[in-house]
Amino acid sequence: MSSITLDRKTSSFTVPRFRLRGGRWVSPLLLLLVWELGSRTGVIPERILAGPSAVALTFWSMVVGGELPANLAVSLARALAGLAFGLSAGVVLALAAGLSRGGETAIDPLMQLKRTIPVLALTPLFIVWFGIGETPKITLIAVATVFPIYMNLFSGIRGVDARLIEAGKSFGLSQAELIRHVILPGALPSFLVGLRYALGVSLLVLVVAEQINASAGIGHLINNARDFMRTDVIVVCLVVYASLGLAADQLVRTLEARALAWRPTFIKS
Amino acid sequence: MASPLARPSNDWRPSTAGPAVQVRNFSRRFGDVTVLHDLDIQIGRGEFVALLGRSGSGKTTLLRTLAGIDPAPLDQVQTPTARAVVFQDARLLPWKKVWRNVALGLRGGDIRARAEAALTEVGLEHRLDVWPATLSGGEAQRVSLARALVRDPGLLLLDEPFAALDALTRLKMHELVLSLWKRHAPAVLLVTHDVDEAVALADRVLVLEDGRIAAEERIDLPRPRATDATFQDIRARLLAKLGVDAGQRRPVEGALLAFPSGEIVA
Ligand SMILES: Nc1ncnc2c1ncn2[C@@H]1O[C@H](COP(=O)(O)OP(=O)(O)OP(=O)(O)O)[C@@H](O)[C@H]1O
Ligand SMILES: [Mg+2]
Repeated sequence: MSSITLDRKTSSFTVPRFRLRGGRWVSPLLLLLVWELGSRTGVIPERILAGPSAVALTFWSMVVGGELPANLAVSLARALAGLAFGLSAGVVLALAAGLSRGGETAIDPLMQLKRTIPVLALTPLFIVWFGIGETPKITLIAVATVFPIYMNLFSGIRGVDARLIEAGKSFGLSQAELIRHVILPGALPSFLVGLRYALGVSLLVLVVAEQINASAGIGHLINNARDFMRTDVIVVCLVVYASLGLAADQLVRTLEARALAWRPTFIKS
Repeated sequence: MASPLARPSNDWRPSTAGPAVQVRNFSRRFGDVTVLHDLDIQIGRGEFVALLGRSGSGKTTLLRTLAGIDPAPLDQVQTPTARAVVFQDARLLPWKKVWRNVALGLRGGDIRARAEAALTEVGLEHRLDVWPATLSGGEAQRVSLARALVRDPGLLLLDEPFAALDALTRLKMHELVLSLWKRHAPAVLLVTHDVDEAVALADRVLVLEDGRIAAEERIDLPRPRATDATFQDIRARLLAKLGVDAGQRRPVEGALLAFPSGEIVA
């Protein structure tokens, strides 16, 4: 992954920003207008898709009624719990594999094997093992987020500039100091890429996991809405999922700006 | 303080009389290739030695051995415990502010003050708290020098530290290194491709060829050294040893010269 060099021109990974600049807001706005118009004139029936204004009203009433915040909290708790397990396991495994040859031999093949299994395909197995409560949902998210964290941190550790490690050794750093001052900070950019992926994956898996007979959460709202053909509620939930994705992205970007302040790209701005 | 016995016993300490560096019969192989052949080198305390040699002659290999980066048998290679290296690429940790880079691995109290003092010596007291990525090449190399000197090394190892700098900055760095060397008096081994640099700075110039010391020149000229006749003489002899005909007044293939002759103003 990204190796650290002292090159001042080091390019940083660039992420497309959710920004509507220079007239780029015109077409989305137009789409909204057409959609609204279609709903008002009856061209788009409400049981197919509710109009933007209807969605906005529903959104407001769901917020005021407390229905949305309560279910959002449940979904968030699921995602965070799964992420917490996945993140810890991923970090521990990556450190073990990245910092010792023995660890690599033991762990890496298993992780690569695990990668070949699409996580969502494990859903039936998890239901058999854990039933249909919170456990299979959280486990799914955890299992799905382990890999991006593991892979990026592992390759980040291994990709740390050998010349910097050598310099550190020549200045008498102990093994522990090398890890603390050279290897971990050097692997941090990679780790943050992994974290960004993991957050995205956790939301994706959350959506699917919440289809497993949830009695609360955004997925539960969607399932109910489907049964009552409430397309306005479904759209509200989709918007909530999208906002979660955006918020996660923003979170990582803020972390990066703080943790990677030394990068030339961040220094400039 | 810990008792001296608590220190690792394999740390060789120079006796008060002996040289700083003592290399005896040292060979180094990579697979079938012998890079250093039965090498014998002595560097006195506070002596400034320059090491010349073609690309691939084993200069860096020797330097890495002396720096303790590559292990070597204790009976063949003896160096002071306190050693410090300045690499060609400054190798600053980009995620640590300049003064923290200098303080890297320092033990004991008041580390910041020591780092500050070292950075002041190289004229960078105003750059203590910036990120390394914002430094110019010359500044980065000065930080690297400060990082080496703050350790009070008995042996300072410089691996082509000025090769990436422009001619003007390089001359300033020469002055800086000489003044630091005079003040701290470490033994210095300077690896370089530049004959003029070697002759301008060193007490003694060694030429490494095929893993052996092929030539040695003692330079007893006072510093700063003008490009007088003696200087030119020594320079021509060394160039001849390196396969360059100095009479041609321009570098032949292999371009060992950084300056056309006579341009140096040490
Ligand atoms: N780790 C290694 N493994 C195998 N061969 C090596 C290794 N390090 C150096 N060598 C070989 O040893 C020889 C000497 O290398 P060294 O880096 O010491 O040369 P040098 O004199 O410093 O050259 P330059 O002036 O280009 O820096 C080269 O042929 C190189 O390929
Ligand atoms: Mg070299």
